[in-house]
This record gives sequence, C-alpha cells and structure tokens, in this order.
Amino acid sequence: MTVLEISGLTLRIGGSEILRGVDLSLEAGQVQGLAGESGSGKTMTGLAVMGLQPSGSHVGGTVTYGGEDLLTLAPRRRNALRGTDIAMVFQDPSTSLHPMLSVSAQLTDHLRHHLGLSRTAARGRAVELLARVRIRDPEAALRRYPHQFSGGQRQRIAIAIALACSPSVLIADEPTTALDVTVQAGVLHLLRDLASEMGLAVLLVTHDLGVMSAVADRVAVMRHGEVVENGERHQVFTAPAHPYTASLLASLPGAAGGVQTLDDVRRLS
Amino acid sequence: MSLLDVEGLRVTYRGRPPVRAVDGVDLAVDAGQVVGLVGESGCGKSTIARAVCGLVKPAAGTVTFDGAPVTPLGLRRRPAALTRVQMVFQDPYASLHPRRAIGLQIGDGVRAAGARGVDSADPATWLRRVGLDPDATGRFPFEFSGGQRQRIAIARSLAARPDLLVGDEPISALDASTQAIVAALMRDLAVEAGAGLLFISHDLSVVRLIADRLVVMYRGRVVESGPAQEIWRDPQHPYTQALLAAVPLPDGSGRMPEPPVDDAHYPLEPVLR
Repeated sequence: MTVLEISGLTLRIGGSEILRGVDLSLEAGQVQGLAGESGSGKTMTGLAVMGLQPSGSHVGGTVTYGGEDLLTLAPRRRNALRGTDIAMVFQDPSTSLHPMLSVSAQLTDHLRHHLGLSRTAARGRAVELLARVRIRDPEAALRRYPHQFSGGQRQRIAIAIALACSPSVLIADEPTTALDVTVQAGVLHLLRDLASEMGLAVLLVTHDLGVMSAVADRVAVMRHGEVVENGERHQVFTAPAHPYTASLLASLPGAAGGVQTLDDVRRLS
Repeated sequence: MSLLDVEGLRVTYRGRPPVRAVDGVDLAVDAGQVVGLVGESGCGKSTIARAVCGLVKPAAGTVTFDGAPVTPLGLRRRPAALTRVQMVFQDPYASLHPRRAIGLQIGDGVRAAGARGVDSADPATWLRRVGLDPDATGRFPFEFSGGQRQRIAIARSLAARPDLLVGDEPISALDASTQAIVAALMRDLAVEAGAGLLFISHDLSVVRLIADRLVVMYRGRVVESGPAQEIWRDPQHPYTQALLAAVPLPDGSGRMPEPPVDDAHYPLEPVLR
C-alpha cells in the first residue's frame, strides 16, 4: 500500500536546480533506499518532503500523503503532520538531541505536545518506546542526559523520539553513518524490524551501498538531482539498468562486479 | 630493525580516572611496506598516529624512527630530520589552507625536502603524479572536489619526499566510489618511493586491498596482526571476527550484518602471526 507519493519533486535555490523532478513512492512496511554521492540531492529530497528545505528555496511537484498534497498544505496543518505522521531521524545523534535536556524531557515533551498526554501517561509511553528501541533499563535511562549514552544508544533514543507519535512514514537520513560498524549492525536490525512490525514506510537516505544492500527493499540511485534508477534491491545490485549505478558498484570492494584486488582498483583509475 | 618501531607504547589522556588510549602497543613498519591499522572509534588508532609523528607524548614505551627516537613536538619547529615522516589527514577541507594556491602548498613540501638536502620535483609534476592537471598550480582548494583535494594533500606530503607516510583515515571523508582509488594511489606512490605507509582506517574492506599487513586494535591494545589477506580470509581473534561479520556487503543479497552480543567483552590476548 502506497503511503506517500513523491511526484515530479523539484527544488531550486537561486539559479541552481538541486532536484530535477524526483519520483518515489513509499510503501507501508517497506524500506525504500535512496542512494547517491555527495551533492546528488538525496538529503534535499528527504528535507523537502518534511518541509525543512533551506529558506529561499523553491519547491515544486507534489508530495501526496493521505490524499493531501503536503507542498500546498496550510502551514498549520503541515505542522500537525510533521513529527506525528511523518517523522525524521538525522545523521548525527549528538547534534539532533538536546545536550542539556534529560531523555525524559525530550521524549515526554514531544508526547505531551503532539498527543496531549498527561505527565504520567507520557512517562509510561516513553518507557515503552525506549524498550522498543532496546535501551536497557528504560526507567533509569529517562533520568539521564544524552552525553551519558554511547553513539549507538543516542541514535536509538533519536529513533524512539521519531516513533513517539506512531508515524506512518519515517525518513532516515544517513542514520548509521556516524556509528561504528558493530554498532551500525544493531541499528540496522532495529530499522528493519520497525518497518516490518509497525508497517512503517521508511525512506532510507544513505551513500553506503553496503547498508542499502542489507536493509532496503527497493533502491533508488540519484545523480545531479535526478533518480537515474529505481528498482528491486537484488536487481539494482546484480543487474543495474543504468550505467551510473554500474560504475558506482564497480568501484566498491564486495559488490558483484566490484573491485576484488589492488589490480582491479588500478584499472579503474 | 624496522623503519618505524613502536614498542610498549602507552598514551594516557587526562581525566578522572585517566584514559589509557593506547595501552602497550608494539608495531613495526618496514621501508616499502604498507601496514593497515584498523579498529573502531576510541580504540586508540589515531593516538598511535599522533605519537608516531610526535604530536602526543607517550606515558611509557618508545617510538623509534630509523634508529632515532621521535621527540614530542614542542613550540619550536620540528627537527628537519623528522620531516621524513609526513601525514595525510582525514579531512582535506581542513588540512589544506583555503586561501593559498595549491602549487604554493605543495611547494611547502618541496622546501621541506630541500631543507634536508633531498631533491624533490616541482609542484606541477607532483600534481600530475597524483592524477591532477599539472597546470592547476594557481588554483585554490575550493575549486576541487573532495577526492581531488585529498590527492592534493597526498601530493603535498609526497613532495617532502618522506620515508614514512602516515594516513589517518585519509579516505573516510570521500565518496565511496573514490575511496579505493585514492587508497591505491597512496599505496602505489609510497611503495614506488620506497617509503613505508601506515594506513589507518575503520574500513576493513578497503584497507585489505592495499595493506601488506593488518593490525587490529581494540580498547587500546593490538588484538590481532598478520598478513592482510590471511586475516581477511580467516580472522582468528573473536573481536576481528565480530568486526568482519558486522561489515555490510554491497552484494544486493539483503543479508543483515551480524551485530555483536550486547556489551561484548573480547579477550585482550593478541593473535600474532
């Protein structure tokens, strides 16, 4: 079931076209990957869907959610959806969490603001959420501050905040890029489980094709503000339709047709 | 005796209690050899790089370069002999001067070689050797992409004609498609010059392509070291095994990487081969 449909999305800042007509559809319970190199427009796509594009940019096209076009929605209505129906997780949990507020304050403020819960109800829900993202001893965790957690735990807390209002869409922008591989593995398992168990539609923005290969059901590849290829994961990785995708894969150790030896790398350059 | 010998190195940082960032590490790099130093954040790999270059003072142990101890850098200019050790840092946006033409910055390296009485090529030639346009000496860092900037930083280091090149995460700020290429370039140019290369990275899949030997660090200690291909094919230490199992491969199989068990504590006894 399509939850969110992005169609002909364009974004212009000054004279430069950052997005040139992006089409993507997010399905319930599925992870749609969005890959590309730096500057390809993948992060801007996620931000534009959230309405968080830089000021002074012009956004065109449509983003349809629940029969409404998010891009033409009244700001009040859009604010009501942002953070409740459509949530976002950012790359660096040490900057996306407030350093001076306890985990409890960050989780329960959110719940009380959006859902109007009482203090005790919000606290109960916060404990549930922390347990859901597998933070151990959630009661004690609520009293602590972000700096008292490791990077992986901080990202789990950021995910708990994003999940607080039971969103249908989660936009995750490089959610594991700042983490070590062993920690990343755990967070990837969590994202995968959340998509299938809660029926979340996930847009996973990452430059890391290894991460993409592990969790995405479908993979879109962006270049210069356009989606050059979008297909089922296995097909994109093993039989890429676009030469750009093929060239990206050819440069990676571990990809099918990727570099295996030092001589393979030398032949690339 | 090797070109670089690190013996029983221990580095502590102030704190309560003091942090033992590096806790008794032995490491050697020979001339013409590429040693890959891998491990996760906080394992002490960058601290080792800094100790090798004299940027931190060891609490115990020795760092010997070509038979002489590496003296920690003070306020004064480092002794000319130590410009034989050159570094390439992680972020070329920060390591290159934004407002000096790149030819001048590579020229700094040429002069460092000259101060030791060693001939170096001119900046244009170095640009050509790292695969850039030799006519670009008058251009500025902002005119280049990340990968090109890292090539410029490599050219500047090599222009000083080092006998030991230390790369501290030199590819992790680059796009994935250029990482292996830049790593291979560093290897080839260092080996061709007969220099040793200590290549520090958390990305095992790239390091194993260019390194002769691998050194795996965990909690300030070396837990496994040996020929790169052997370790990649057949890791012996439980930590190395966990590290390799956690790397997601871009093979399209949908295989999830294995997370290690929560709060795993691995043995610190090393596997050396």
